[in-house]
Amino acid sequence: MSSADRPDRGPLHVTGELLASRRIGAHHHLTVVAPGIADRFRPGTFLAVSTGAERLARRAFWIHRVKPTGGYGATLELVVEERGPGTTWLVHQPPGTKLELTGPLGRAFSLPQEPVSCVLVGEGYAAAPMFPLAERLRERDCSITLVVAGADEAHLLSALEARRSARAVTVVTADGSVGQRGSVADVITEVLARAQAAVVYAAGPAPTLHAVAVAAESIGAWSQVALERPLTCATGLCQGCAVPVAGEGGHARLVRACFDGPVFRGDRVVWDQLEALR
Amino acid sequence: MSLQLTSPVMVAAGCGGTGRELAAFSDLSGLGGFVTRSITLAPRPGGTHPRILETPSGLVHAVDLQNPGVDQFLALELPWLVRQGARVFVSMVGRSLGEYAELARRLGRAPGLAGIEVNLSAPDASGNGVFDVREAFHAASVIAAVHRDLPRGLPVLAKLRSDLIRVAESARAVLEAGADAVVVGNALPAAMPDGRPAGLSGPAIRPLALRCLTEVLDGAPEATVIASGGITTLADARAALDLGAVAVQVGSALLHDPTTAGRFVIGLATPGEDLT
Repeated sequence: MSSADRPDRGPLHVTGELLASRRIGAHHHLTVVAPGIADRFRPGTFLAVSTGAERLARRAFWIHRVKPTGGYGATLELVVEERGPGTTWLVHQPPGTKLELTGPLGRAFSLPQEPVSCVLVGEGYAAAPMFPLAERLRERDCSITLVVAGADEAHLLSALEARRSARAVTVVTADGSVGQRGSVADVITEVLARAQAAVVYAAGPAPTLHAVAVAAESIGAWSQVALERPLTCATGLCQGCAVPVAGEGGHARLVRACFDGPVFRGDRVVWDQLEALR
Repeated sequence: MSLQLTSPVMVAAGCGGTGRELAAFSDLSGLGGFVTRSITLAPRPGGTHPRILETPSGLVHAVDLQNPGVDQFLALELPWLVRQGARVFVSMVGRSLGEYAELARRLGRAPGLAGIEVNLSAPDASGNGVFDVREAFHAASVIAAVHRDLPRGLPVLAKLRSDLIRVAESARAVLEAGADAVVVGNALPAAMPDGRPAGLSGPAIRPLALRCLTEVLDGAPEATVIASGGITTLADARAALDLGAVAVQVGSALLHDPTTAGRFVIGLATPGEDLT
């Protein structure tokens, strides 16, 4: 059933407002008022933001937190890494700026029915959705192991908070400035074995997600990966963000990261074809 | 066949997804027409990445006609659109006159269709195997083939190349060959940074699309003309309609704001001051 058939679950397009913007490490944390969108949020869904009329493509961001804020209704917190003219524009807007927002978009993480052991992997700003996901999993009595990774300490998202929300936390940085030196791929097999994971959730660059999906399959765990592809419309209209997934009879078929994803079963993504599309 | 539209607002080919995605933001049944992405006989996987890039006030796109092919489209997409009350115009594109004729036969039998839009060469046609319609008589031969093989009377829209020099001549030729209306203001031929053929759309092309519109209105005064090309605001839509277009097609604007089509339907039905 598509979201279009369920009006209460579908995305909204609203004029929101930037309430606060602060820099934490290498990221900017933006708090936005987005009427109606917070109520529909589920971890793994994302928000599309317009960054001026002359920049046609939307910018997509993971939703990090949903918080009730007195007088404003619920607010959303986004984690933004400055990467180009759109994100630069966005992080330099003063509080009070009106923003065209669309969300929540995409397919959320599926939650297990049983209280099982879950490993959550987040790299860089893409670790953002792992925190609300951890909350939902904890409500279901799942035991949670977190892997937080980044290029360096500045690119680690909320490592401190991670320690509060998980039973065990592994921190990995590429330069070794904090935690273990290396990449997610170096540690994931051991983490999964130690946690006796039944489900692995991951968000980050495609090579990291690939490594997680392979490791999960090798121990018989389910994996759910939140893929980040360059988006134009973010709503499923333009076919700019094709992802090859395994279909009937071994043939790959192309689906859209924004509409059919961003969360996919790791064993369904055809990783070598995804790489070839770049 | 004359073209009767319940609203002068249509969704342009390739910018409304399968319809399901747009339905969350714009009521499909209120639109004058929903034009599908271009459908081919066989499925097409589409091009490599990046497929779409932002340029100043525009988008360059090389999706390369990704679509599920006519069989899947008829089985999985058209029935849903028709159930929503959308007036569906199927955009079709072929590699040969024979393919266009075959598509006309297959689509023309589908229940619930409001019309056909013939994609007379996507702007990135060079290299993607689409029948070349550079000359007006090529375009006319495609329309004649479609017209001849449509099993029932359905409006045929001919979407012309944004070739300023030849657009009026092409309009006259396709109308003579049986088209009921022409769509003017298709994406401009462009290239991706790596040189792949692409199309350029968005507000960046609007002045040129408008000039194509006036060329056709002047050079083919009998023509029923639908305007497209970078139409973004209600004022843009009104300008095209005031010049003499019977309808506008909204494309790239939907990728920036998916409510654009729905807002235009209400805005154009309401005289008075524009909010946007």
